[in-house]
Amino acid sequence: MDLGILWFWIVAFFFVGYFVLDGFDFGVGMSLPFLGKDDTDRRVIINTIGPVWDLNETWVIVAGAALFAAFPEWYATLFSGFYLPLLLILLALIIRGVSFEYRHQRPEASWKKRFDTMIIVGSAIPALLWGVAFANIVQGVPLDADHNYIGGFFALLNPYALLGGLTTLLLFFTHGVIFVSLKTDGELRERARKLAARSGIATILVAATFLAWTVLAHPEKSGVVIGAAAAAVLLILAYVANALGKEGRAFALMAATIAAAVLTLFVALFPAVMPASNDPANSLTIANASSTQYTLEVMSWVAVIALPLILLYQGWTYWVFRKRVSRSHIETAAH
Amino acid sequence: MNELLDPLLLSRWQFGLTTIYHFLFVPLTIGMATTVAIFQTAWVRTGKVHYLQMTQFFGKIFLINFAMGVVTGIVQEFQFGMNWSDYSRFVGDVFGAPLALEGLLAFFFEATFIGLWIFGWDKLSPKIHLLTIWAAAIGSILSAYFIIAANAFMQNPVGFQINEERGRAELTSIVDVLTNKVALAAFPHTIFACFMVSAGLVITVAAYHLSRNQHLDTMKPALKFGLWTMLIAGALTTLAGDQLSLAMVQTQPMKMAAAEAMYHTSTGADASFSIFTLGTPDGVHELFSIRIPYLLSFLSTHTFNGTVEGINDLQAQYVQLYGPGDYTPIIWVTYWSFRWMIGLGIFHILVALTGLWLTRKGRMPEQKWVWKIAIWSFPASLAAMIVGWVFTEMGRQPWLVFGLLKTADGVSPNITGLDVLISLIAFTAVYGTLAVVEFKLIKKAAQKGPDDAPAVDEESGIHQPVTTVY
Ligand code: HDD
Ligand code: HEM
Ligand code: HEM
Repeated sequence: MDLGILWFWIVAFFFVGYFVLDGFDFGVGMSLPFLGKDDTDRRVIINTIGPVWDLNETWVIVAGAALFAAFPEWYATLFSGFYLPLLLILLALIIRGVSFEYRHQRPEASWKKRFDTMIIVGSAIPALLWGVAFANIVQGVPLDADHNYIGGFFALLNPYALLGGLTTLLLFFTHGVIFVSLKTDGELRERARKLAARSGIATILVAATFLAWTVLAHPEKSGVVIGAAAAAVLLILAYVANALGKEGRAFALMAATIAAAVLTLFVALFPAVMPASNDPANSLTIANASSTQYTLEVMSWVAVIALPLILLYQGWTYWVFRKRVSRSHIETAAH
Repeated sequence: MNELLDPLLLSRWQFGLTTIYHFLFVPLTIGMATTVAIFQTAWVRTGKVHYLQMTQFFGKIFLINFAMGVVTGIVQEFQFGMNWSDYSRFVGDVFGAPLALEGLLAFFFEATFIGLWIFGWDKLSPKIHLLTIWAAAIGSILSAYFIIAANAFMQNPVGFQINEERGRAELTSIVDVLTNKVALAAFPHTIFACFMVSAGLVITVAAYHLSRNQHLDTMKPALKFGLWTMLIAGALTTLAGDQLSLAMVQTQPMKMAAAEAMYHTSTGADASFSIFTLGTPDGVHELFSIRIPYLLSFLSTHTFNGTVEGINDLQAQYVQLYGPGDYTPIIWVTYWSFRWMIGLGIFHILVALTGLWLTRKGRMPEQKWVWKIAIWSFPASLAAMIVGWVFTEMGRQPWLVFGLLKTADGVSPNITGLDVLISLIAFTAVYGTLAVVEFKLIKKAAQKGPDDAPAVDEESGIHQPVTTVY
């Protein structure tokens, strides 16, 4: 079996995991100004992801490292080419991560407000820019014969890419708001459900446009049509489930929507990993970007052993923290 | 102006600054995770409440620090591709594997169990909860192993072959890469040094409170623990450093010559170790020095009449091997960083010995200066750690991967000086601000001291579980 192809899908799996998991973290962070009426509410909202945001974020580290090990050329081209957007993502992840930890260290309202803002901005920037980055990869970017990106910063801000960014922003927002309704109770839970119903409409409209554009750009691939259709149907079902007050189901369907959308992009990409828009001969593909068979074999053995364990202990964590977070819980706890 | 906007120079500054910054937090994460786990084990096994207070108090400091290690680590992971893309293309097949192993086997493990530990006080049984902090500690030590194995490949490339057609290094044996002799020596040296840093923190905090005569019931045992850890970890760091010196001389003789600013090959008594030198900055002309004969010979070869090659001979040798060029690192950096690392280390072993003597049988020293020195334990041991890495990395120059790839050939060809200038300024601004906030928060938490003992449940007679929330 061609291990390069296997690792293409393993990389896809890590990005699916990252966008499904950190996706709702971003949404939860962005929901603060809409749902957090007072400090206790805001603390309830932040505590819904308190125990898990770090492990969710680790998915992008592992995705990056897997990319490095399995497709060094892809890693090198992508990260040096998208230098400034990645810088913004990194800075956003930094200020967001420390804000969770620092926000509760002092009681003053001004202190907390500063870190609330950093959580909101730090969640919105990656939610937007990951979509921009992935849409650009799928659409193709100008590469020279050594596979170096030669397009400059502003070429990345084209209409398809910006629409992709808006799509991930809205998908993650709705995903996160539904997560808040699933993990809280009382009035907050109800408000979150209503907000998800409103943002859901916008999400459906934007995501459908983006998916349709992707389908039209890849007329020869039936997998893209199937994936896009699946994502659209799942998204609508998620919307309905939320409207009916079935939070658990709505959340699972949103997760499936994001997974389907990300997989659609990877199907559109396959077997290239970074198509060159200027000259197809310069494209990076699975064949010319991957590591040697031996390296991929080693990595495959590690993945076979590690992945089941990883899923097991992460699943257990979610189970340990399955209870809803309530205002009374926050008010009585130490900090 | 053009010189200022050199992407290579700026990338080097950025990599150096961000990595040093990451490593301000990592040693504390590694050392404190185990320290807190030991305190918590003592609590679970004895039920003595001051151990619970120590767990929570040092645990709080640990967590403020931990978040910084995580968020600055993401930058490290992405920087190889962003600033060093030709390096990534060249070594990815070999170097990517240990990084991926680190992510899959260590980072996930650590990130998951740390979350369970922080928020799991009232959700897990005490024994399972104790296991989560041990799991996080093991994860952090594992992650150090993999990253050091990756770094060791840059110091001493093994387990690969060069594919001329693809122009890259390709992995031939993962076992060779993971058992690189430099990695096997650098790993214990680094881990024991991490325990010196965490011991330093415990001593600093305990000394602060004890010199004010407060929190005696928790801070006395903490001081004792810190001093013993410092002594043991200091001795082990020295032993491992000795092994590392041997490995270094075999793999990178130029680094040892540069560490000693020794231009001429010397044997036996001439291969002396200078404790202090005054001279021109490039070390060519010496005005004054204090020297210990034979010591350099012993450090390098474990014999008293060994021969240590000098910079001039090595330079000539390398020109023959690798073509014309300057193969000498910046001498004053290597010379002084090596000395400060060792000097601060030995100083701390003495501090620990003196401290243990002065506090024997529960005594508390009256002299103010004793406490004043003790309070410097943490910053000084952290400084030893940092200069050690600066020595290792600067001493490798001009190589990025020793003998295979020069630093100048590793930089991304398609990023502009302006790109890197923007990122360098942005990282400096954000990191600088966070450093101030972080320092103040840790200081405040440390000065406040442990909370009062948690309430006892009337019916069961057990301490009520603590709940933590953000
Ligand atoms: C508290 C910190 C600390 C202390 C007291 C020492 N070291 Fe160290 N040293 C480090 C912390 C460190 C480190 C963690 O910063 C380095 C950087 C790379 C590494 O593996 O460990 C290091 C590197 C390093 C190297 C460079 C290895 C290379 O470049 O390949 C040598 C030769 C030594 N050490 C030797 C010693 C000796 C002989 C010591 C004592 C007598 C000593 N170190 C004390
Ligand atoms: C944590 C401790 C470390 C510190 C404090 C540190 C410090 C530094 C410094 C100061 C430089 C700049 C050297 C120069 O350009 O003259 C540098 C360069 C570099 N280091 Fe490290 N380093 C550490 C660990 C690592 C590890 C573990 C790796 C690899 C896995 C690594 C890879 C590199 C690379 C790729 C460069 C850039 C190229 C260069 O300038 O040589 N470093 N590091
Ligand atoms: C330049 C090379 C380095 C890279 C690429 C790197 C990468 C990373 C990353 C991505 C994280 C965040 C992990 C998370 O989210 O959980 C991290 C944190 C950490 N790193 Fe580094 N690091 C480097 C240097 C080092 C060195 C030299 C050591 C140890 C000796 C080290 C040990 C750790 C530890 C223990 C953490 C604590 C936080 C955690 O694992 O979650 N790192 N590093």
